[in-house]
Amino acid sequence: MKVFKLIFKNALRHKLRTVLTVIGIAIAVMAFALLRTVVTAWYVGVEASAANRLITRQAVSFIFPLPYAYRDQISKIPGVDQVTFANWFQGVYIDKNQFFARMAVDAETMFDMYPEFVVDPAELEAFKRERNACIVGTGLVKQYGFKIGDVINIDGDIYPGTWAFVVRGIYKPRDKTTDPTQMLFHWQYLDERMRQEDASRSGQVGWYIIRINDPAQSAVVSEQVDALFKNSRAETKTETERAFQQGFLAAAGTIIGSMNFMSFVIIGIIMLVVGNTMIMSARERTSEYAVFKTLGFSAGHMVGLILGESMFISVLGGGLGLALAVPFVAGFEAVVPKGWFPVFMIEPITIVLAGSSAILVGILAALFPIQRTLRTSIVDGLRHIG
Amino acid sequence: MDPIIRVHSVSKSYWRDSFEIPVLNNISFDVPGGEFLALMGPSGSGKTTLLNLIAGIDRPDKGSLHVAGTDIATLNESRLAKWRSTHIGFIFQFYNLIPVLTAYENVELPLLLTSLSKQERRRHVETALTVVGLQDRMRHYPKQLSGGQEQRVAIARAITTDPTLLVADEPTGDLDKRSADEILTLLDRLNKEFKKTIVMVTHDPRAAEKAHVVRHLDKGEFSQN
Repeated sequence: MKVFKLIFKNALRHKLRTVLTVIGIAIAVMAFALLRTVVTAWYVGVEASAANRLITRQAVSFIFPLPYAYRDQISKIPGVDQVTFANWFQGVYIDKNQFFARMAVDAETMFDMYPEFVVDPAELEAFKRERNACIVGTGLVKQYGFKIGDVINIDGDIYPGTWAFVVRGIYKPRDKTTDPTQMLFHWQYLDERMRQEDASRSGQVGWYIIRINDPAQSAVVSEQVDALFKNSRAETKTETERAFQQGFLAAAGTIIGSMNFMSFVIIGIIMLVVGNTMIMSARERTSEYAVFKTLGFSAGHMVGLILGESMFISVLGGGLGLALAVPFVAGFEAVVPKGWFPVFMIEPITIVLAGSSAILVGILAALFPIQRTLRTSIVDGLRHIG
Repeated sequence: MDPIIRVHSVSKSYWRDSFEIPVLNNISFDVPGGEFLALMGPSGSGKTTLLNLIAGIDRPDKGSLHVAGTDIATLNESRLAKWRSTHIGFIFQFYNLIPVLTAYENVELPLLLTSLSKQERRRHVETALTVVGLQDRMRHYPKQLSGGQEQRVAIARAITTDPTLLVADEPTGDLDKRSADEILTLLDRLNKEFKKTIVMVTHDPRAAEKAHVVRHLDKGEFSQN
């Protein structure tokens, strides 16, 4: 018999209690993984932002447009490498639950500005040639089965009417932080129709994206852009892409912060659950530990026995929780409305955090029982009635 | 024969709240090797405390305790634990077997502290269980054994490392007459056949009859009773 066998037998002495504790830890780890994944998904846009890109929007609010004419003026500012623009289109595809980003963009420059959207050159050329063409991400292909040549019909809301777009390209996200669920089409297509149907809305873009030569000059360039349009009808606010993305999250910041906090509260709860189990176990075995000490088992052996049992339970629960977290998170993603979280996956850091938390919990939960066992003399231990 | 136990001017008190309760008062005596000593006395006379001191699971307030050639009062906890594993076989009144371990595994426990191989441990365990007559109960758990059988497993656990000294605290106190007789016969055999030095605490005069020497304690001192 080895000590590991003894630890195993001790851990399974009260099978129901151990099983319930392991399940409790597993559920807590799953909840931790889910909360962390949601928080990570919220911040995925921030993570994907590039240091050399600036966003210029209307100073009053993002929802107000900017004149298309600003483009050339911005291009002339020293340090600006390239300028493109985009316009939020929205609309309804099938029904309002089918949410994904639909944007009018400058076909000539957009994919040059965003190399993280990887498009086959032939498809990109086909897209540029056809005014009502669109490019969709692989996430939409997976979700709706789009293929080249398909027509996507959108009922306009911000821009009323029925809009038909022909899929001419499919972009692949360069990395996992890139949203694969966008649909991008020609701004000129939108603008031409606005010119015919509501001239007051033509010649407007939602925001400008500026690529600068030197990221260290972002503050200087931003000031120059905003200074250029000061006291105009549409003053601008220019900031780094990261700051722009963070601004989007600011409104939900408290909720996200709370979720982040809760994920760590869960770790505390696990600690109490395992700690309670270990304290009960150690108290019941006070006289047994005294017998071990009488036989010549040292303080180190006692630490090993108690810590081993605590670690066995917490690591088993943590492992089970992590194994179940993958389908659990996938199940959660399946039930939330499509498009809420374009990138929703368990990050390696979440796995590391959950795994190391389980180990930490195992260690911390054993501290009090260890201290109590070592402090109790053999004579007092042998007298104890568990 | 040189004494295997030398107790010199040993005193011991316990504290209950702020009250000091003297348990042993300036006790001195020797036990030669191969002796079978019974310690008797009324409850609270200090006999179990004296046994615990001899076994190295408690420490005296005053005096010296040489057991198996070592002044155990001067050892630190870690050395004392190591010393116990080598020199002491402890037999408890309530057996104190580990319930999740089989008879074999219980007897094997003290051997885990040695450098013996698995095969050697097996040989030791089987020998010990054969000596106590339980070679056919190796795979049984304590709850599957009678009280007498449990105590015999406990004795096998105590002798499996071939310790210098066996100490027994009321080894028949929880047993019926027949089982008690079996245990006493076994202890007698360990003393006579295997030359084990035994110190036994007992209330039972029949148990004390098996001992070579009977010492009576009363109020922390040896009496002439």
